[in-house]
Amino acid sequence: MNTAKKLFGAAALTVSIGLVTAGCAAAAPEPVETEAAPGSVDLRMSVWTSNEDQLALFDSIADAYKADHPEIGSITFESLPFADYNTTLTTQIAGGNAPDLAWMGDLSKDLIAADALVPLTDELEATKGWDYDDLLGSVTAEFSVDDELYAYPFSNSPFALYVNTDLLTLAGQTLPAEDPTWEDISTIGAAVNAATGKAGFVIRDFDYSSWNTLATVWTGWGASAWSDDGATCTFDSPEMVDAFQFLHDAAFVDKSMPGPGVAADFFAGDAAFTVAQVSRASLLDGTFAYDVIPLPAGPEGDYSVIGQAGVGVLSSSAHTQEATDFLAFLTDPENAALLAQYFPPPRASLLTGEKLAENNAKLTAEQLQAVVVDQVPDSVTLPNHTNPAEIAQKGKAAFDAMWVADADVEAVLGEVCEAIQPVLAN
Amino acid sequence: MTVTIVETREAPAGASRPPAAPSRRRFWSASRRDQLAGYLFITPQLIGVVLFVLVPVGLAVWYSLNDWNIFSGRLEFVGGDNYADLLTDPQLPSVLLATVVFSGGIVVLNIALGLGLAVMLNRRFRGVTFFRTLFFSPVVVSVVAWTLVWGFLLQDNGGINGALSVIGIDGPNWLQSGDTAMIAVIVSQVVRSVGINMVLFLSALQGVPSELHEAARIDGAGSATIFFRITLPLISPTVLLTAIITIVGALQAFAQIAVLTGGGPGLSTTVLVYYVFQQAFEFNNIGYGSTLALMLLTFVMLLTLLQWQLRKKWVFYED
Repeated sequence: MNTAKKLFGAAALTVSIGLVTAGCAAAAPEPVETEAAPGSVDLRMSVWTSNEDQLALFDSIADAYKADHPEIGSITFESLPFADYNTTLTTQIAGGNAPDLAWMGDLSKDLIAADALVPLTDELEATKGWDYDDLLGSVTAEFSVDDELYAYPFSNSPFALYVNTDLLTLAGQTLPAEDPTWEDISTIGAAVNAATGKAGFVIRDFDYSSWNTLATVWTGWGASAWSDDGATCTFDSPEMVDAFQFLHDAAFVDKSMPGPGVAADFFAGDAAFTVAQVSRASLLDGTFAYDVIPLPAGPEGDYSVIGQAGVGVLSSSAHTQEATDFLAFLTDPENAALLAQYFPPPRASLLTGEKLAENNAKLTAEQLQAVVVDQVPDSVTLPNHTNPAEIAQKGKAAFDAMWVADADVEAVLGEVCEAIQPVLAN
Repeated sequence: MTVTIVETREAPAGASRPPAAPSRRRFWSASRRDQLAGYLFITPQLIGVVLFVLVPVGLAVWYSLNDWNIFSGRLEFVGGDNYADLLTDPQLPSVLLATVVFSGGIVVLNIALGLGLAVMLNRRFRGVTFFRTLFFSPVVVSVVAWTLVWGFLLQDNGGINGALSVIGIDGPNWLQSGDTAMIAVIVSQVVRSVGINMVLFLSALQGVPSELHEAARIDGAGSATIFFRITLPLISPTVLLTAIITIVGALQAFAQIAVLTGGGPGLSTTVLVYYVFQQAFEFNNIGYGSTLALMLLTFVMLLTLLQWQLRKKWVFYED
């Protein structure tokens, strides 16, 4: 056999395999409107957790749903890395490979604005026993437009202050008996830093980059990133200037907060305090004694901030009806109670310290009552807007000038507004 | 080279010659079979070029003429609007400046150090193989892993400042300062990639005939004269090759920026390819991102073309 014939044969074989493969791929079920043939619907849900226990819980709920729904062929939970989650999801959407359901955080505003999410209110209200009125208004607001819910807020984890009581003892410090303020925390943190060389307080995940996490501080000063309608930047407000002056002093004067470029992980024992979500309690490994309390009070008094995650159905799904129905099942009172062991629930009926403590080995019922149950109803969320990535990047580029010792705080905040206002206005 | 073989049969001597049959050449001649084999051999690569180069470039051109809302799937033709945005983008001048500084720094240091190391390690001395391996070894390390490690080293309380403090120097906050972030990124990447150029230069240096050096020495030429008058011209084709590779590589450097600085502080390390990524995949401005990508493609093509033309002036070919 000469070379040409061999190559022809190889090419023919390759083409044949390709055609067979393409034929198999083309066997995907056709979209259905209302009723689908048995086994014809494959649902895919993007999640950012890779926790095996959580994924196992999702699988068990999906199996229970499939048992009563013969049209469902499979329900797959696709775990995407959190750091690249938004980019991966948008790339999948752009490439025509969007999942049927997806977790979402700050991408929700863009998806809702583009009509890319299926409205859920009617479907959930019509689902027998779902009890729509059980949802707290404070947690549905972020995913609602004109009283229409577009994503179920399955996780509503308040930010709390974690305290390394061992470090405080080592530095001869004690927390005020009641209602510590940010000034107290900074004073104690500076003392711990001076006495032990460890960090004072750390805003987890901020790292002088993710400035939106600082809402856990500036809310205590009564400040907000932009107006309620999202159209006007308010970083240049006097309240915000005071809040950032406090942070700047903490980093460069009092040394109660580690400066830029300094790594300090509270959960590794490197800091006296950290602001982090309650869900981070799983990182506590018992190597030091700890306490978890609500966020310190600011000049404006007590406040609460939560980080949210919702799950919605994408309009581009070929099976929106089945996906919406599955979402209703996934989040009904019974399954919401199961999910509550990992994710603070949006249902008032499930928000009690005792219930949350049933599946939480790190925090007591009293702690959970104080840092979750008492916080969620009146909480605000981290700043969220359409075009979140562009706002984050432009804000960060302007904020970088803040994190030097001789920064003019007020001027920098003015530049932040200058940088992000055009995006807000759009 | 194509060889055409025409098969002929001669009649035995004395035999009566049969009536001349019409001349028939076989369609699948050896020549055609060779040609076909050649085409089949390049077909996989050709398919790759079409699918993964020409089609994406074509799509980029199309997207650059449109405004694409990814979430809704709406594609709106906007003509040259995205190109007009290039002129009014307030961030673009900083991005282009950062690109020039980064690429220039990488190219100059990479070629100069690569050549310097190659010259030093082109001698026979004890442990030369060890040093060659040492300087080349970072090349085989994953760029992301390498950059992550350097990220830790360059922290304010990281390894480099720790080492500096031993000799009484209070090191800067390398990655957080606009004055030092770009320097830190360039140095970390030069250390990683200089080994490639070193090996290429070593290979070229070992191809320089020693008789020329000996003759020059006999004529009284010094080391510098020998290097600049003999060695450098003879390895100039390799200098051209490394220059092209390094410039194109520097203009495409992405992971280093993404992992080490995220483009900051401010926009001081936001190079063009990172800005393309931000616009297209983070801000979901696919149209404008495509326009920027085409601008980057144009820069790369122009620079490569320029070097290719300049080679006539400074590249010496022995033949």
